[in-house]
Amino acid sequence: MCLAVPVRIVSIDGDTAETEIAGVRRRVSIAFTPEVKVGDYVLLHTGYAIGVIDEAEAEETLKLLEEIASLSEVH
Amino acid sequence: MKFIDEYQDNKLAKGLAHKIAQRSTKTIRLMEFCGGHTHAILRHGIRQLVPKMVEMRSGPGCPVCVTATADLDKAIAMAHLPDVITTTFGDMIRVPGSYSSLQQARAQGADVRIVYSTIDAIEIAEANPGKSVIFVGIGFETTAPTIAASILKAQQEKMENFYVLSLNKLTPPVMKALLDSGEIKLDGIVCPGHVSVIIGTHPYEFIPRDYGVACAISGFEPLDILLCIDKLVEQIEKGEPKVEIAYPRGVKPEGNRKALQLMEDVFEIGEANWRGVGIVPQSGLRIREQYERFDADKAFSVSLKPPREPEGCRCGDIIRGAAMPFECKLFKKVCTPESPVGPCMVSSEGACAAYYQYGTLENSQST
Repeated sequence: MCLAVPVRIVSIDGDTAETEIAGVRRRVSIAFTPEVKVGDYVLLHTGYAIGVIDEAEAEETLKLLEEIASLSEVH
Repeated sequence: MKFIDEYQDNKLAKGLAHKIAQRSTKTIRLMEFCGGHTHAILRHGIRQLVPKMVEMRSGPGCPVCVTATADLDKAIAMAHLPDVITTTFGDMIRVPGSYSSLQQARAQGADVRIVYSTIDAIEIAEANPGKSVIFVGIGFETTAPTIAASILKAQQEKMENFYVLSLNKLTPPVMKALLDSGEIKLDGIVCPGHVSVIIGTHPYEFIPRDYGVACAISGFEPLDILLCIDKLVEQIEKGEPKVEIAYPRGVKPEGNRKALQLMEDVFEIGEANWRGVGIVPQSGLRIREQYERFDADKAFSVSLKPPREPEGCRCGDIIRGAAMPFECKLFKKVCTPESPVGPCMVSSEGACAAYYQYGTLENSQST
């Protein structure tokens, strides 16, 4: 029920946006995320974008995970 | 898919698992609150990746599962009223109530429709002006803003045939109820990622402060969950419980203020009845008086027989983390996804459905 998937904003029209994931397009409400821009990724939950994905944080996490993996190889 | 595939990398997962194993010196028990986490943990074999010293328990984070039988009976009774269309999310219609289910009500002639979004429920109401459309509003903080938005939309459009049966629940108060009961001892909580997108970190702060229990908010990919477990193990080993975000690409400390404001505008906080837990103060969302004309509870009156729980079903114990699915005598024998006895086997987030689908002997033995 609390499932949310990352989808990319393709275009914006008022408080709705056209989004895309794996070639599938869907209109979603951006009433909770009025700050989104075309090209942003949002978390889509039951037809609503509930949050904007922070791409810098996403990269940071991956960098951290790669460091952890490389340390575990050394030992 | 971006932001999914890269968090499923096998090599990175092994690195994290190695780090968790190195950190762990004592036996601990974690609860993954969210049913989505339970499914991901079993599907990706995370229980096998983390040391046996780290026990994982499934918690009450499945809105379908925690809906009290009495509330479900009410929704079913309303579905049978004349000129009513009942709308709800998919899993809900198969959950057995005391005497029937929404699916059985539909077979008996009630108009019950599955919707993906509250937006669909509004559209059904617009397309059927002669009917009353009731949305059975289940869900936690992730979903509640979408239900609030539907009520505001119905008000803006001056709709006279849209109603919500508000069964929405709040997650931190039920965590408090579980911790207060002392029934099972927990060292850490894997906090729900998408609930936290909305509420942020503040509502969990009482947990480390008052109960000394570690908290970390997790995303739903295997690396997210392993990272969360790593943070929890670190907090517990150091004896420094706090609230951490292990899902920073999705969760901000302040949550989503706009969504929180909409929830606050439409709902007020009251008690709620949780299957397996009972009445939990301050854990439910009621529609404010200002919007009461959209409140199905006020618009429709139904008479109900006393609720009946399915005999032998241990969903209540499983919801509280007090029992594992395979400890229920009905599990896999009488109760299966095709013929579920309790909601934990129906819902795609239910613990019993997860263990049925992905459970292995090793999963059973590791507890």
